[in-house]
Amino acid sequence: MESRRNPRAVVDPKVRQVGFFTSSSQPDSTPQPDPIAPASHPVSSISPSGNSLSPVMIPPPRHNSSDTFPLRAAAASAVSPSSFSYSSRRDFPDGSTTASPGRVSRGSFAKSSVPAASSLPGVGMDSMAAATSSSVPASRLTTVSIVNMPPGLTEKASGKQVQSDQMKNSKPLKEKTTKAERRALQEAQRAAKAAAKAEGGKAPLVTSGSVASTSKAAKPAKPSSQKNEGAVAAGPSEKDRKKDAPHPRMQYDDESRVVKAKRRAVVKQTEAKNRVELFRHLPQYEHGTQLPDLETKFFQLDPMHPAVYKVGLQYISGDISGGNARCIAMLQAFQEVVRDYSTPPEKTLNRDMTAKISSYVSFLIECRPLSVSMGNAIRFVKNRIAKLPITLAEYEAKAALQSDIERFINEKIIMADNVIVKHAVSKIRDGDVLLTYGAATAVEMVLLHAHELRKKFRVLVVDSRPKLEGQLLLRRLIKRGINCTYTHINAISYIMHEVTKVFLGASSVLSNGTVYSRVGTACVAMVASAFRVPVLVCCEAYKFHERVQLDSICSNELGDPNAISKVHGREDINYLDGLTNNANLQFLNLMYDATPSDYISMIITDYGMVPPTSVPVIVREYQKEHLLV
Amino acid sequence: MPDVQSTVLEFVNKLRKRKIEGSQATARYTVELLRSVISQQRVPHANQASALIDAVKAVGEQLVAANPVELAVGNVVRRVLHIIREENLSLTTAAMAGLDLMDASDDDELDNSKGIGYPAMSAAVVAAARSTLRPPSLQTLLEGTPESATVPYTSSSGADSESKTADKSSITRKLKHDVIEEVNQLIQEIAGCHEQIAEQAIEHIHQNEVILTLGSSRTVLEFLCAAKEKKRSFRVFVAEGAPRYQGHLLAKELVARGLPTTVITDSAVFAMISRVNMVIIGAHAVMANGGVIGPVGVNMAALAAQKHAVPFVVLAGSHKLCPLYPHNPEVLLNELRSPSELLDFGEFSDCLDFGVGSGSPLLQVVNPTFDYVPPNPC
Repeated sequence: MESRRNPRAVVDPKVRQVGFFTSSSQPDSTPQPDPIAPASHPVSSISPSGNSLSPVMIPPPRHNSSDTFPLRAAAASAVSPSSFSYSSRRDFPDGSTTASPGRVSRGSFAKSSVPAASSLPGVGMDSMAAATSSSVPASRLTTVSIVNMPPGLTEKASGKQVQSDQMKNSKPLKEKTTKAERRALQEAQRAAKAAAKAEGGKAPLVTSGSVASTSKAAKPAKPSSQKNEGAVAAGPSEKDRKKDAPHPRMQYDDESRVVKAKRRAVVKQTEAKNRVELFRHLPQYEHGTQLPDLETKFFQLDPMHPAVYKVGLQYISGDISGGNARCIAMLQAFQEVVRDYSTPPEKTLNRDMTAKISSYVSFLIECRPLSVSMGNAIRFVKNRIAKLPITLAEYEAKAALQSDIERFINEKIIMADNVIVKHAVSKIRDGDVLLTYGAATAVEMVLLHAHELRKKFRVLVVDSRPKLEGQLLLRRLIKRGINCTYTHINAISYIMHEVTKVFLGASSVLSNGTVYSRVGTACVAMVASAFRVPVLVCCEAYKFHERVQLDSICSNELGDPNAISKVHGREDINYLDGLTNNANLQFLNLMYDATPSDYISMIITDYGMVPPTSVPVIVREYQKEHLLV
Repeated sequence: MPDVQSTVLEFVNKLRKRKIEGSQATARYTVELLRSVISQQRVPHANQASALIDAVKAVGEQLVAANPVELAVGNVVRRVLHIIREENLSLTTAAMAGLDLMDASDDDELDNSKGIGYPAMSAAVVAAARSTLRPPSLQTLLEGTPESATVPYTSSSGADSESKTADKSSITRKLKHDVIEEVNQLIQEIAGCHEQIAEQAIEHIHQNEVILTLGSSRTVLEFLCAAKEKKRSFRVFVAEGAPRYQGHLLAKELVARGLPTTVITDSAVFAMISRVNMVIIGAHAVMANGGVIGPVGVNMAALAAQKHAVPFVVLAGSHKLCPLYPHNPEVLLNELRSPSELLDFGEFSDCLDFGVGSGSPLLQVVNPTFDYVPPNPC
């Protein structure tokens, strides 16, 4: 990743070489297209302003450039939206760059979230103080610490501060492109657009770079449209309309593709040994093997931005979970990427940055498969990048991009949540008994707001193994003084007869009205409808998606099987400890399931309260808007 | 008698403290206890059946009161009572038949004391038999124990008491003997229910099936293993059944016997049910309206199976068949267990404290043991 180590001094940033590039690293001298195209691998011929990073999943040769990778201060990025703090979900590691093990942190931060939050500004200040002393990591640390404060204000401030130091703002002129390259470019764009659609789903797209690169090769043997994977450059949105159907995603039981994907993977993952046959099409890796490997690579992963790296680690360890939190973390990391970005010479900002974003996305996918919310956000970002006018100066472009991302977070997530809360509390009456499952942020906000409005109601929190997310929600509700009852999912038939309404959260709502959310939601909705209890789903509109899913098996995420065999805290129950490698015994830890639309009474979104059948309408009418604007 | 009484008290204690688990074990224990009660019961010469019945009823009421949720106890007590009445009936009809014959043949030889005795006794016996055979009328029910009242009257009016007593004592011995024989058969039936159910496994499980099960029932285990013995290869998905995690136990057993098993969480039941061919569970009790009481979570599985048109099979031994009609069974026939199985007391102790605030805690924890599946259509 390009650096701006010395923003004041350096005129042109060092260009980092990765992948199969020949050493034409002089920023100003050589004309790009011809020497590069024949000389190097398909990689480089992606585009004349070829981005070296697209197939970048291969760890680069370690040149000892002076690009030392600065140590980051520990401060975790904390969002403080106006009404709700997503920070309470995160872990606040002290002084370590990698996230601490998930279980400990999750168990502890529930209690320590408040003191940790108060300690954050302190940490930020420390790192700032440290920053001023050392020259090289200065810029990096300042950017890190500033994140503590409301992002809207200081992002721009820091961005401007840094950018003003930069002098370079020249956009490379449009080079003459050969016909082959133009065609190749077109192919890549089509692939990228197709893949951008596909990315909205839960597809791991490990071969993002590889596909585009191979398609760019002279051999058209693998047209990218057939592969339907990878997103190198954002396709123009006019072409989006033509191919509206989302393309099929990568299936992991296809041997050849899996092998190819593994070759380009950044994160070395070992596949789980004992897999359930039915789920061979989904990736499952040995849990816990990724983290140590990534930690050792921390100082060597030059192409990776540290913010993105950190977010990836947080995903792996489970410190950040939940659609909104993950999306916000990723977008903020992208904001930092944009801020730290500078265009390499002879490359356009659009394509270069898009390629970079794609590579980061591939890395994040390897850490943990994308959620639908993240997929939609990535599509938005790429779209904005593609829409940037060429004539814009670099710093202006970056500022525009950052403000776009900021606007997305504010409008689509934070303000949307406020609107949802306002709608939903109108449905809560005195004397209600509300049931909720798991720990959905939207539902929690609704309940807290209704309590503030002095409504008298009771809450039933239903929980399930192995994540036991309901306990966190329970603690937060009780702290505010809400009367709660806690039970586990097996007992919902027992308690359902006294429930008046059910509030659920969603990871996504699909076009046929199916609600795709945490595993167990379908059971709750089914029992509720059997007892004639209305089910209300609170979901922001940016999580809607146009694909269709019929059951929970075609697309899902597999979690750690050991989480099932080991029962945390109950040593007398560990019957199955020694048996994890038995050929006859397998554990299935699904993360998501699909609730049919006939169990759902109403979906509460920022566009209002709609029935499940209105979801494709919203997708069609409203989601094109924000892409086109 | 005092020996039996102490055993009864001991059993009552065990039931009350829930030290004895499982309907089969409970049923067996109950039947054996009742057998000893019967054998030790001193029955009067006349109307011994009712005496036996009263004794068994008294013990049974104690047992049922100790653990009302354990329906197997009540079932088995009723079975024993039924046995007593049946044996009594068969004996008296035999006696009546024998007496009628003798009556007919000895009509002329009335000088025989026996012969004289017979008609009188036969009348008494017939009267007694009829009164025990007839279901108690409303009057008899409201007036207490009329059966024993009528018989002494007739017996006292009899001329030959010795012969009557002699006959009656033989009949007494015969009744007890028969009853105990039948009770032994009942014990055998209870003990052997697993094998008998498992014999039918091969008819229902075919090749390459996928079976979902919940909880840990020995009946289900034997059922599945019997199918495996007959070389049917199939997969089993076991829902782990938090918070008791019986599913883990069952999975361990199944794997030990070589069945390919997958353990899933309870929340994933709906997700997996579309790929399942059959759901097999063991019940705790089957009520008279066809409703089933099972381990917690079966209603969820039953609803999911209904939605996906998956056959839902319940395995139950005969001691689980209950003649009662359930009213509000989720509450009345259920037991709530300790919250510590769900929540760590240490973490949530501040919330579960009664002394905070208005005196009622903000947090309640619900942990039922059983689940009720209403009969179809519900």
